[in-house]
Amino acid sequence: MSRSSNSRWITVGRDLKRNKLLYLMALPVIAYYLIFDYGPMYGLQIAVKDYSPGDGIWNSPWVGFHHFIEFFNSYYFWRLIRNTLLINVYELIFGFPAPIILALLLNELRRQVFKRIVQTITYLPHFISVVVVVGMLVDFLARDGVVNQVLSSLGVAPRSYLSEPEWFRFLYVSSGIWQQVGWGSIIYLAALTNIDPTLYEAAKVDGAGRWKQMIHITVPGIMPTVIILLILKMGSMMSVGSEKILLMYNPLTYDTADVISTFVYRKGILEASYSYTTAVGLFNAVIALSLLILSNSVSKRVSETKLW
Amino acid sequence: MNKSTLGEKSFDLLNAAAMIVLCFFTLYPFLFVAFSSLSDPGLLAQHRGMLWKPYGFSLGAYKAVFANPNILTGYGNTIFYVIVGTAFNLIMTALGAYFLSRRNVLFKNAVMLMIVVTMFFQGGLIPSYLLVSNLGLIDTPWAMIIPGAVNTWNLIIMRTAFQAVPVSLEESAKIDGASEWTVLWRIILPLSVPVMAVMVLFYAVAHWNAWFNAMLYLRNRELYPLQLILREILITNSTDNMTTDASGVDKMPIGEAIKYATIMVATVPILVLYPFLQKYFVKGIMIGALKE
Repeated sequence: MSRSSNSRWITVGRDLKRNKLLYLMALPVIAYYLIFDYGPMYGLQIAVKDYSPGDGIWNSPWVGFHHFIEFFNSYYFWRLIRNTLLINVYELIFGFPAPIILALLLNELRRQVFKRIVQTITYLPHFISVVVVVGMLVDFLARDGVVNQVLSSLGVAPRSYLSEPEWFRFLYVSSGIWQQVGWGSIIYLAALTNIDPTLYEAAKVDGAGRWKQMIHITVPGIMPTVIILLILKMGSMMSVGSEKILLMYNPLTYDTADVISTFVYRKGILEASYSYTTAVGLFNAVIALSLLILSNSVSKRVSETKLW
Repeated sequence: MNKSTLGEKSFDLLNAAAMIVLCFFTLYPFLFVAFSSLSDPGLLAQHRGMLWKPYGFSLGAYKAVFANPNILTGYGNTIFYVIVGTAFNLIMTALGAYFLSRRNVLFKNAVMLMIVVTMFFQGGLIPSYLLVSNLGLIDTPWAMIIPGAVNTWNLIIMRTAFQAVPVSLEESAKIDGASEWTVLWRIILPLSVPVMAVMVLFYAVAHWNAWFNAMLYLRNRELYPLQLILREILITNSTDNMTTDASGVDKMPIGEAIKYATIMVATVPILVLYPFLQKYFVKGIMIGALKE
């Protein structure tokens, strides 16, 4: 061992001794991450093994890419990819801009009291559990529920919306907007408060109306925030909220509702095919990570904004 | 400057109208549920369309809900998970945040990297499930508390808050012989009360609303949190065991009313606390937003 690395270890040893309590305090947190985040990463190897609880993760026999190939060739593959991507694309087109638009509109409200009331009301659904939100959907959209009652008085024939595959994506995305639009707008409102007020003064002097001010000052002002959130959104493209879909879907709507994560839950947990669904999950995670890296590098190139 | 033009005035008007419509669509579902839960089940069953007030008046549905042993144990379990889980979350997150907020500590960057990686890549559902199962946590209350003890986002928010405490304060405490533990407990935490309040709220709401982990890790109904009981009543539609004492004909209407009362029972605590908590919630997301 060279002298320099030797003395380096001495420094480390000294520091560990001097700051013993500090390291001890960090230990439970480090242990938590090692066990509960890195432990499952270790467990990922069963994607290329044939896991049986008797053999354990390490001793289960290798099967190579068998599970991946089986998934790529299965009837489910394209359906899951299509559903996962479509639900996300709809969320990207409709769900993502909604809080931005709300923040811009809130920003234009003249009366502060009114603005605060609107904010208070629109944040509220964020705190309601997803079970209750889906419970309300199920009840309101039942065949004799209030939505059908109101629509039938307008001459629309009653339907069972939650059993019809063609309605699933609309209901999923729109109820998501209902629950999150107000909460999502907070981050943009925060970004708005950071815009230098003198810019507006200058624009007014130049004769810019409120529309021009919005286009030339407000929107560019929140653009970095928009891009960061867009990158993050791209990163979560593949991990669409399985919790809500698990509550909302049923065998009648699997055709449009079943996504990779719900499939993993159903086949993996309920039918105990652990290795196969671990492979499916890993495939999903790798695509998600690639999307994140891709969108970050695209953003780096076209704008100054980047996640790392 | 020139006064607002006709175009601007009409924009303001339209904007305000849009906001009112938005508020209506946000609030009305709750009002509908509240009115329905207080309505007379028989009259409610005959009523068509929207409700603007309770239709008749009856607390029968609430009586049925509070007589239901599942809801009561679910409530009890949820309160346990909220209190113990949140306390554990706070201790763990504060310890991690304290370490990461220190200057000149070896391995700090390595630990930070280890933590940030988990935000972008995870083992996934099945390996996590197998881990929790191999650790013997299935069907214990700890399955609701230990996995997910630290939320990385919250950890970073807390670290940022801890970093904002002036260095000179802790230096003088250290000169007076304070240990790291004392610095955290006596100096950092008292100066970080607002962010701690935010953390309590975030973690507590998450525990109150949690159901997925419970569905994964709990088989024993005695351990079910309220949300899992709600799922049975609201979504898988099993109010039957609550309506046994009603005669066959009455079963259907009271079943509907029970659903509404159940939603109220599960939501009212948050609805009542909400106005008091709102400023903290907003502050929390602002801290998270501005520092990234």
